Amino acid sequence: MAAPLQDWRTQKRPFAAIASMPIFWLVLFFVVPMAVVWLYSFGENAGPADIVISGTLENYKRATEWLYVSIFLKSLAVSALVTLICLIVGFPVAMAITFAPPNWRPWLLLGIMLPFWTNLLIRTYALMTLMGTNGYANKALGALWGGASWLKTLVGMQPLDAWTPAQLLYNNFAVVLGLVYVHLPFMVLPLYAALDRLDKSLIEASLDLGASQISTLNRIIMPLAGPGIAAGVMITLVPALGAYLTPDLMGGTDSQMIANVIERQFKRANDWPFGAALSFLLIYAMFIIVALQSLRRGQPKRGE
Amino acid sequence: MAIFRTRAVAPLEYTRKAWMQMWVGATLLFLYAPLIVLMIFSFNDSKRNVVWKGFTFKYYEKALGNDSLVEALTNSLTIAFFATLFSLVLGALAAVMLWRFRFPLKGVVEGSISLPIIVPEICLGVAYLIFFARIDWPTGMAWPLNLSAITIAHITFCFPFVAMVVRSRLASFNKEEEEAAKDLGATEWQTFRDILLPHMKPGLIAGALLAFTLSLDDFVITFFTSGPETITFPVKVYSMVRFSVTPEVNAASTVLIVLTVVLTAIALKMQGVKAIAEVH
Repeated sequence: MAAPLQDWRTQKRPFAAIASMPIFWLVLFFVVPMAVVWLYSFGENAGPADIVISGTLENYKRATEWLYVSIFLKSLAVSALVTLICLIVGFPVAMAITFAPPNWRPWLLLGIMLPFWTNLLIRTYALMTLMGTNGYANKALGALWGGASWLKTLVGMQPLDAWTPAQLLYNNFAVVLGLVYVHLPFMVLPLYAALDRLDKSLIEASLDLGASQISTLNRIIMPLAGPGIAAGVMITLVPALGAYLTPDLMGGTDSQMIANVIERQFKRANDWPFGAALSFLLIYAMFIIVALQSLRRGQPKRGE
Repeated sequence: MAIFRTRAVAPLEYTRKAWMQMWVGATLLFLYAPLIVLMIFSFNDSKRNVVWKGFTFKYYEKALGNDSLVEALTNSLTIAFFATLFSLVLGALAAVMLWRFRFPLKGVVEGSISLPIIVPEICLGVAYLIFFARIDWPTGMAWPLNLSAITIAHITFCFPFVAMVVRSRLASFNKEEEEAAKDLGATEWQTFRDILLPHMKPGLIAGALLAFTLSLDDFVITFFTSGPETITFPVKVYSMVRFSVTPEVNAASTVLIVLTVVLTAIALKMQGVKAIAEVH
């Protein structure tokens, strides 16, 4: 399959025809804008609409204030928690899809993917209407509460106090739930891709030789699906860390994530250089996560 | 697999275990319940949105009568159309470039092409806000042109996805076919058009679908690049959700969900369930 690559010097004209447009576009509309942001992060406000790039490190110094560090750490913690929940929920789903009868498999996959193709904003909004104080989530909880109360009177105890609708929205719980809701398909698909490639006879052999389902999972499936799990974790963790919409719409005043702080610098606070510094810190964080993952992926190969 | 079907529940038939079925069922319920409730209540004849008061099309009429909402949807579809077109061309070229040639700094180019996928949306949005402000990108042009800034931003984050999908399709191309065509006298362009392009087609269709949905879905990047004249559908829905939740949003959302399902159905007809499932 791996035919030798052609050297660009022997094929100058086709190479120019093919490569010039994408490279030109990438440089002009990606590299240059990112470079401008990077330069702005070393700038300062000189007037209401004037920014001077003075080479100051003041913006980065300000980003190390506890307020911003804590928001950064909190964003990391929230996205890590979201990733963990997605992994726990998604792994059995991916297993079920992998071992489903072949004619079912595509439909189950489609079932996971259709929400992924639905507009993010609409999904967030749909979840919000369900979780409002008058929404169905609260109605269901209220019914459970009523049932518990009824059971208590049945055994001759005082009934519970009347159900007061729980505040499910506008807090950290809502942000985590919203992010899990949005990112679950991201986790299931790479997990499925990894499990599908797995040699199923190894699992059968393990079970035939007397290993329990749990130890087969721990000692056969997990190690073999390792790269897929890592890919799923990455694909969930990276966008969750930079999430803007969910914490903005579903979070309360204390559940801001780093993206919301960045947005505020560009809209209300109008401190573009500081916002630029924060967004580059976020990009660096992403790079570190990606680098850590590729480091992990590289290790077993060297060991072989 | 067929051997197992005769037995009760074979060890590998996880799908036939009750707890597994419940787990998958609960997950699907979690994913779909909010959307289904939203769609049902778009027909509800009540402003408060929680108790069923009777069937009505009222909010669809209202949503369709809401000029700014319709305009936003038109804008979104226009942007998605152009973004798909351009990212298809750029993505296909990038894929062929990386697949076919060896050239200096290839690692850097390859890395940079996948960067728009990794860089958080908020950072890209901010970058375009600064970039277009800095170069004084003309605003207030006539209709499709005033969407150019948003479209450029969308192309930039869509085409790496197209490149990724097309490149994985190219991996299965037999280069001997290309050589045979050239031996038989085909020019570079003829080989590309008659040999390589047909092979790339499934990848191109998958890439186009991906680009279209990504563009239609995008909120954050558009939020930073759109002006008062260039509202897209997600930005409009955002402000409606933010400031005044009306059942109109339900109706408009239902329209877009149905549009997504229709697009998926078309894709299914063209590609089959399996091919669509393999895109991701």
